[in-house]
Amino acid sequence: MSTLSDNTSDGIRSDALAAAVAQAARTRRYGSWYVAEHRFRVMRSYAQTVLFTAIGSPLVYLYAMGVGLASLVDGNLGDDAVNGVSYLAFLAPALLGSSAIAVASEEFTYPIMLGFKWNPTFFGMNASSIQPGQIINGIVISVAARMLLTCAIFYIFMLVFGAVPGLLGFVAVLVALLTGLAFGALVMAYTATLKDDTGQLAMVQRFIILPMTLFSGTFFPLDVLPPYLQWIGWISPLWHGTELSRVFAYGMPEPIWLSLVHALYLAALLAIGWIWARRLTADRLNK
Amino acid sequence: MPEPVIATQNLVKSYQVKSSSDFVAVDGISFEVAPGESFGLLGPNGAGKSTTMRMIGAVSTRTGGDLTVLGLDPNRYGPEIRSQLGVVPQENNLDMELKVRENLLVYGRYFGLPRARVARRADELLEFAQLADKATAKVDDLSGGMKRRLTIARALINDPRILLLDEPTTGLDPQARHILWDRLFRLKEQGTTLLLTTHYMDEAEQLCDRLVVVDKGRIMAEGSPADLIRRYSSREVLEVRFGSTQNSEVAGRLEGYGERVDVLPDRILVYSDSGENELERMTAAGLHPITSLVRRSSLEDVFLRLTGRNLIE
Repeated sequence: MSTLSDNTSDGIRSDALAAAVAQAARTRRYGSWYVAEHRFRVMRSYAQTVLFTAIGSPLVYLYAMGVGLASLVDGNLGDDAVNGVSYLAFLAPALLGSSAIAVASEEFTYPIMLGFKWNPTFFGMNASSIQPGQIINGIVISVAARMLLTCAIFYIFMLVFGAVPGLLGFVAVLVALLTGLAFGALVMAYTATLKDDTGQLAMVQRFIILPMTLFSGTFFPLDVLPPYLQWIGWISPLWHGTELSRVFAYGMPEPIWLSLVHALYLAALLAIGWIWARRLTADRLNK
Repeated sequence: MPEPVIATQNLVKSYQVKSSSDFVAVDGISFEVAPGESFGLLGPNGAGKSTTMRMIGAVSTRTGGDLTVLGLDPNRYGPEIRSQLGVVPQENNLDMELKVRENLLVYGRYFGLPRARVARRADELLEFAQLADKATAKVDDLSGGMKRRLTIARALINDPRILLLDEPTTGLDPQARHILWDRLFRLKEQGTTLLLTTHYMDEAEQLCDRLVVVDKGRIMAEGSPADLIRRYSSREVLEVRFGSTQNSEVAGRLEGYGERVDVLPDRILVYSDSGENELERMTAAGLHPITSLVRRSSLEDVFLRLTGRNLIE
């Protein structure tokens, strides 16, 4: 405040200044949360979809893959099919991570395109005391909340299906959250570069998310793949997330440095995507 | 003049364009707006009005010159300035996924206002915007005029000191325009400073105490509507049509009529203090226009005089 009133001499101006500073102070501090509040209100309009997918997908996937497919795998390889645990226990942490990726691929694509172009609400937000970076923060906060809810419900189903032998299994929920956000932040930044959607977002779904899901050690360990395909796993946030989740879910043997690499890699992707998206948004709104 | 709430000095905005020199949208604009004043930027599409508005709205960084809003520099105090503004953009950016009243609720929060206060204010503003019965309607179901009124209501949620309106009535039917003008009049009476852009003459004459005529990023003239008409036009204008093939031919014989004669493709304008007298002279000289009309001079004539072009082309 003291620095602000330095360059003012007359009463009217410093009054206006003081009022402006006081009114904007809350938004400078909590603006990201106000944006999240807005997003929550929008999500409420499709709350049924949110809940239906959060409950339906673990039910369907855990049953079809974890029980159906698993009976085949375990029947051939025994109860300690992979990594010394049942196929269901091996698979479940990967499906958990995939469910976070699914939320990310939904919430960090079309809503971003919408806000910049189809229903340019970001420009409306930016005309208020909100700053561009806070728009991105608010979106990340709101998506993180939906993702956490989805993963927590998924985890409850994992417990119900008896897919979590380890005591620290619940940490896998947080790992899945980190995985989803790390991937999602990059997708969000990419979407923010699009002036128009002429099929790019569908391509992301088809040529990035689908192969990533298949080749990230999801349904079989990465080292089963020929070496020239294993790099897909190494760069894939889903692989890093899944491996880390398995450590917590059933104590998959892994050197501690590798677990740290998984966590740091995910954190780095999240930071890069987040910062990149903030910059792109600031540029794009400053016409 | 009391301390201005908006002051621009040589304001410039240019954009980098690939493989050519920079495009200058705003080319050295200077004006001041007093508190409570209703100030207009009048000019054709592409004149740089919206760009100027965005710079004043603290969402577009100026390339050059000085700008203060409420004494503050937008480069440094963006959120502070915006907390005191209400913005009605040209392109509707209401949230279509939310209901009418919800749009006001979320927007009020952006200014850090407590929920209860925002809710109360939202109801008052729905009343003011004559949308109280639409509170729970989908935004998509509103007419163009209603959407615009909702945008104005949204812009007022933080009790702004300055209201920025970019082409507030473009695309609205005459009745919707009049309802909107009435609402803006009320705000003006309450002492809200209005800054608006328009390419409608009648709108500028209705709403603006003072205005600048902008063309190609520069100010061509400044003054009150009456003042500008007095300076750049005559009291009346006589419009005559001789048929599109005849106009230019007849024009040669109209030298000495009125203060000035302008030949447009479809009609001839004779500027004079008495249009009737000019018409009588014309008929006495054996010139019989197909149609004739005497009207009061308007800002359209001012613009034509200043730029040699019509506002809406």
